[in-house]
Amino acid sequence: MYSGVTRGMKEDNIERKTCLVTGGIDLSTNCRKASGPVYMDNSSTTKPFPEVVEAMSSVYEERFGNPSSLHRLGSESEKLVRKARRSVASLIGAGENEVFFTSGGTEANNWAIFGSLRSAGSKFKHVVTSSVEHPSVMAAMEYLKELGYRVSVVPVDREGLVNPGEVVSRVKEDTCLVSIMFVQNEIGSVEPCREIGSMLSRMGPKRPRFHVDAVQGFAKLDIDVEKWGVDLLSISSHKIHGPKGIGALYIRKGVPMHPLIFGGGQEQGLRSGTENVPAIVGFGLACDIWARNTYKTRDRLFELRHRLIDGIAGIFADAVLNGPEHENAAPHIVNCSFPGFRGESLLHALEKRNVFVSTGSACSSHRTKPSAVILALGKGEDEALSAIRFSMSPFTTVEDVDSTVSALEDALKELRPWRQKTT
Amino acid sequence: MERVLLIRYGEISLKGQNRRQFEKKLQENIEIAVSAIDVDAGKRVSKSQGRLYVTGIQTQFEHDYLEALSCVPGIVAVSPGFAVESDLETIKQAAISAVKQAMPEVSPPATFKVDTRRADKDFPVKSPEVNREVGAAVLRNVPGLAVDVHNPSIHLTVEIRPGHTYIYRGQVPGPGGLPVGTSGKGILLVSGGIDSPVAGYMAMKRGVAVDALHFWSYPITGERARDKVVDICKVLRKYNPHLRLFVAPFTRIQTEIMDKCPEKYRVITMRRMMMRVASRICRNTGSLAIFTGENLGQVASQTLESLSVIESVSDFPVLRPLICFDKVETVRLAEQIGTYDISILPYEDCCSVFVPKHPVTKPRLDAAVNAEKRLDVKQLAEECAMNTDVFDIG
Repeated sequence: MYSGVTRGMKEDNIERKTCLVTGGIDLSTNCRKASGPVYMDNSSTTKPFPEVVEAMSSVYEERFGNPSSLHRLGSESEKLVRKARRSVASLIGAGENEVFFTSGGTEANNWAIFGSLRSAGSKFKHVVTSSVEHPSVMAAMEYLKELGYRVSVVPVDREGLVNPGEVVSRVKEDTCLVSIMFVQNEIGSVEPCREIGSMLSRMGPKRPRFHVDAVQGFAKLDIDVEKWGVDLLSISSHKIHGPKGIGALYIRKGVPMHPLIFGGGQEQGLRSGTENVPAIVGFGLACDIWARNTYKTRDRLFELRHRLIDGIAGIFADAVLNGPEHENAAPHIVNCSFPGFRGESLLHALEKRNVFVSTGSACSSHRTKPSAVILALGKGEDEALSAIRFSMSPFTTVEDVDSTVSALEDALKELRPWRQKTT
Repeated sequence: MERVLLIRYGEISLKGQNRRQFEKKLQENIEIAVSAIDVDAGKRVSKSQGRLYVTGIQTQFEHDYLEALSCVPGIVAVSPGFAVESDLETIKQAAISAVKQAMPEVSPPATFKVDTRRADKDFPVKSPEVNREVGAAVLRNVPGLAVDVHNPSIHLTVEIRPGHTYIYRGQVPGPGGLPVGTSGKGILLVSGGIDSPVAGYMAMKRGVAVDALHFWSYPITGERARDKVVDICKVLRKYNPHLRLFVAPFTRIQTEIMDKCPEKYRVITMRRMMMRVASRICRNTGSLAIFTGENLGQVASQTLESLSVIESVSDFPVLRPLICFDKVETVRLAEQIGTYDISILPYEDCCSVFVPKHPVTKPRLDAAVNAEKRLDVKQLAEECAMNTDVFDIG
């Protein structure tokens, strides 16, 4: 059924140039692309919206002032930052003054953890998190252990979901922080943050602070910090077609917070350093574009997701979906294991066919480390070593999905002699 | 007062009839090495009485010159110094400068010694007297210095030649051995691991003009596996600036082996295929030998049985400079030549899939031949060699 596409691909590839985005600002239409590589790695990073690049370059060229400067160039920049802050805040239901720009998601997560611990005081020595957090949370937690904190790691079920009741049950007298991610970055499971938040809210004034790493779910799914009862929430720009090097931490008004970075007192004295104005402007604009398109985009992404899952099942019966199938699944992530195949080889075989994906595993000398997230689902090493993540964006088209499936069919055929017997 | 580098070469001066040719090659290689620092420096390399000199060294680049020359096979040692007029006062001034420059490099208490060689017998002052005069001048002008004729921390040599005098201090050792290109050409199999670059270095040190051959298994491994070999080759170019990297597309052969050969003999078959391809590359490039980083007994494919079964398909001698090295010795050399830090970087390795759990350790030739009976070895090797390209290492 896909052989036509496969046959056409070789000639196509010659003409395919790097034009990932030729569509306009309306994300709901299937933007027609002449041809191009199929980028299915949008959870790693995204191509910035053309409007974002344009806006940023004009800031670089014309409005390069330092927001702290007293002259006109400075106050112009300050206004730009304020406008962008409002755009970011409105996408998560926050107030303008509750959004603090950071260098990205990793800094936001680190700040959320270490900043709130420091302000909680030394009586509080316990934190709660999940077994599938992003390394920027996981590694910080490891460091907390070295500092003498107790860290409760709540396991996930086979779909990668934590049980909200179990999370809350781990809270002790001296728990100062609960940190649970919103959308799991490798498998796309949507964690019950809203439930956890409301359960924690009912614990009264002595409840621990609730931090959500929302980097993967931000903009793609609704976030309402008020309704969820979230105290701290991390987001990043380059996952939503904004520039790299900029992100933000939402800090609920009234929540005491220590800075990690000291200096000139920017960001209400909590995050010093001259504002990265061009990136902030780009981030704000990306948020505006999403705000106008979220609902249409989401439905379309879910359709593409199902098409991809069906397509994979159609060409490889042994494929195993990692993460939730429908309910509690993010619209843009499909993670599949191909038992017997090596994820990295599959990745390169797809890359050879101009389809770009990622594996959850990291390679070290002579040995490939299986994905810790897939293992946390209770799956075997074989499934953890053979997992591939396809992650889509508003620019992904039906044709992209179909090309991906046919490239995958081809790649699996090429690598068949390398397939290991699975136990 | 001109800054110069004095280059001593050892072994090649023994080589009788070939001596001139060897010296010419060394001079060429030195010219290339110094040209990388300053395009005109090549023209300032000269030979005189069993030594080579580079003149007109810019102070700020002296260190770069020393480092580059310390990598040129055939060089025994390089000494930095000055060339001056053969006049005692001028010599004294140059000696003072040289010692002052050396002072920060030695740990106190600084001691020194002057050694004079009066090659120009017309120079009116005799060697012991020059020693005394120069020594006294240095002592007077450089504070915190004492004389130690037995074990000085700064060893100053004054060489009085017809026309001019060289004053130089200390020496930086070179690799020794023979100039690259005086022992013919060879093909080095490079994997990205620790051993093969060291084997290549040793071959180059014995004068072999080495080219590297890497078997690349895309898409089983990615571009980063190849990039790593490129980085290693960049380092090896310090020793042989002409080194080329050949990249052989190896996936088809490995896939056929996975498909058609018994698991136990997979690695032996693969190594035999590498030898067949390498033999063809040797022939095409006029090379005379295949060099590998193999080391006795390190892994299953490196037992004596394995090595002999593997090399039986090679049309050229398979030379293994590290054959009797311990791992620590190889590592030490890898660190010394500057490839170790690259080799230990993580990289994707197709071996985790390709190497069976129980490879044969004592293969038999008849069994190895039998293992590849379903492969069209000749055609596969031919195709792989034909598609092998020189990869630009920049």
